[in-house]
Amino acid sequence: MTGNSSKVWMLHLALLAVLFSAQYWLSPYNVTNLSRIMVLAVFAMGYNLAFGYTGLLSLGHALLLGAGMYAAGLPAQLWGWSAGPAFIAGIAGGGLVAAALGLLALRTAGVSFMIVTLMFAQAGYLTLLYFAPVTGGDDGFAVVATSRTLMGFDLSTDTPRFLAALMIFAVGLLASLALVRSPFGRTMVAMRENEERSRMLGYNPFTVKLAALTISGLYAGAAGAAYAILFGYVGASFATIQYSILPMLYVLLGGAGTTLGPFLGALLMFALIEAATGITTAHQFIVGAALVVLVLFAPKGILGTIRERWVRWLP
Amino acid sequence: MAFGPFLLLALMEGLVTAAVLALAAAGLSLVFGVMRVVNVAHGEFYMLGAVLAWAVTTMIPGPPALAFLAAVIIAPLLVAALAAAADGLILKRLNYDPEATIVATIGLLYILQQAALSLYGPNANPVTAPFEWRIQLPWFGYSGYKLFVVFAAGMVLLALWLFMNRTKAGLVMRATQVDRTTAQAFGINVDRVYMGTFALGAGLAALAGVLVVPIQQAQYLMGHDPLLLSFIVVIIGGLGSLRGTLIAALVIGLSDGVISMFFTPTLAKILATLLVAMVLVFRPQGLFGAKA
Repeated sequence: MTGNSSKVWMLHLALLAVLFSAQYWLSPYNVTNLSRIMVLAVFAMGYNLAFGYTGLLSLGHALLLGAGMYAAGLPAQLWGWSAGPAFIAGIAGGGLVAAALGLLALRTAGVSFMIVTLMFAQAGYLTLLYFAPVTGGDDGFAVVATSRTLMGFDLSTDTPRFLAALMIFAVGLLASLALVRSPFGRTMVAMRENEERSRMLGYNPFTVKLAALTISGLYAGAAGAAYAILFGYVGASFATIQYSILPMLYVLLGGAGTTLGPFLGALLMFALIEAATGITTAHQFIVGAALVVLVLFAPKGILGTIRERWVRWLP
Repeated sequence: MAFGPFLLLALMEGLVTAAVLALAAAGLSLVFGVMRVVNVAHGEFYMLGAVLAWAVTTMIPGPPALAFLAAVIIAPLLVAALAAAADGLILKRLNYDPEATIVATIGLLYILQQAALSLYGPNANPVTAPFEWRIQLPWFGYSGYKLFVVFAAGMVLLALWLFMNRTKAGLVMRATQVDRTTAQAFGINVDRVYMGTFALGAGLAALAGVLVVPIQQAQYLMGHDPLLLSFIVVIIGGLGSLRGTLIAALVIGLSDGVISMFFTPTLAKILATLLVAMVLVFRPQGLFGAKA
């Protein structure tokens, strides 16, 4: 394992270098798309830490994305916070809501956990609708321009936005790599593989899972806040069930329990829908068919299969 | 209108909701109980029932009652056949693994919804009720059809209860529910039981959709609320308990009617979803579940 350490870090840094160079060889339209994909990939990486590594199949991550989005967007809207503090508030919001969700939902497991998270997320979404005068409901609101500047850079313009998205993505990716290679990361996997045995070895499954879910919430919060600040829109539609399904789809496609899987899944799914737009407007059909096909024929996803067959050192 | 009649109206509306909900939830509960499958696409079967009812009634000429009767028979059968196919093609291959089937039925939800949008369109279309009575109460007139829905749902649930408790097929289903492996050892074709259960569950949802369509128009997104409410009913009622499902449907339907009338539907839904989450966390066997 240690012998592969440098190979693993090189692979991740190489990906980041390629992404950095993308701004020079992609069209502006695709650079914006790539920014969006990287933000969504941060969300999916957080989902992956909970689902892929710790085995917590949540159907309520939209709640955490929405929490980050509104925790960043509302102070910006109401009190004119600038991008930096708003972003930090978003991360904290995602983490706090995830911790609260975990305290309740982690008393259940398996199918019950899925339904409990689904219900809490639905209650959260409906609450956003209920307070529509403040939250804007499904229509949402545009984030004011003054809250979209960071240290003099206007984050609503292409290049600063791309670099900010890349920065957040890079920190998220490297942090998740470091996390899953740390002793705590092994404990997370132990929870997924055999909770009873790890309990026997002296670990407390509840605290480990709560920590994993909270970290996952920090990621989701960061993604939500980044979306609000970089793309200037905050709305309850990001708290719908659809945004709980998307990260699951990305992770399943790219490979659950692989560090690069969430990004690969987000990228491919985005490309697939983009490519299909010329042929059909039936986006939902593609999402649905992808879910069914993946769960039937490739439950390990792309990188999971590659790791199993050929490249054993892939993290 | 004074408070009393207003409350009566709210309760009557709630009763209609409860009746439709009880049908849909009974299907979900059956599938959950026998197969241990959480069918997220259940609401789409309900939607398909309503949409197919519209298709059948527009295609068949003649008096509305006759066309509606045809829809009541044809739509649930078509949906049941579709569900049986989905079971054979998807769920069976997943070995009914609980988590994988949830993901797969989410996929099915998207596929069915998109199919309805592409083939049927985004518009809501009305279906003529089979008859037009109004029952005149001292304070307000009330649709006779709505009361018929309550009656019909009650009859279907009674038939379902008799089927489960008084017929061989029902016995076989209950045996499979209790212990799949032992049932198989006794020569029960578990695959066929599962396919039949999934079809029956979907058929019940579709029937609820057909019954509701003269009250509510048929639209491709109409499956969302019934899905959520059916989940709530099944969880609060306790899994696999038909009586619990019925009681919970009444409680949820009536309180939904009352809260929606006096406050807002959104608040009613927030309270219901929070209630169900709390029930699952603190009392996983349901409020009326048998297991203590």
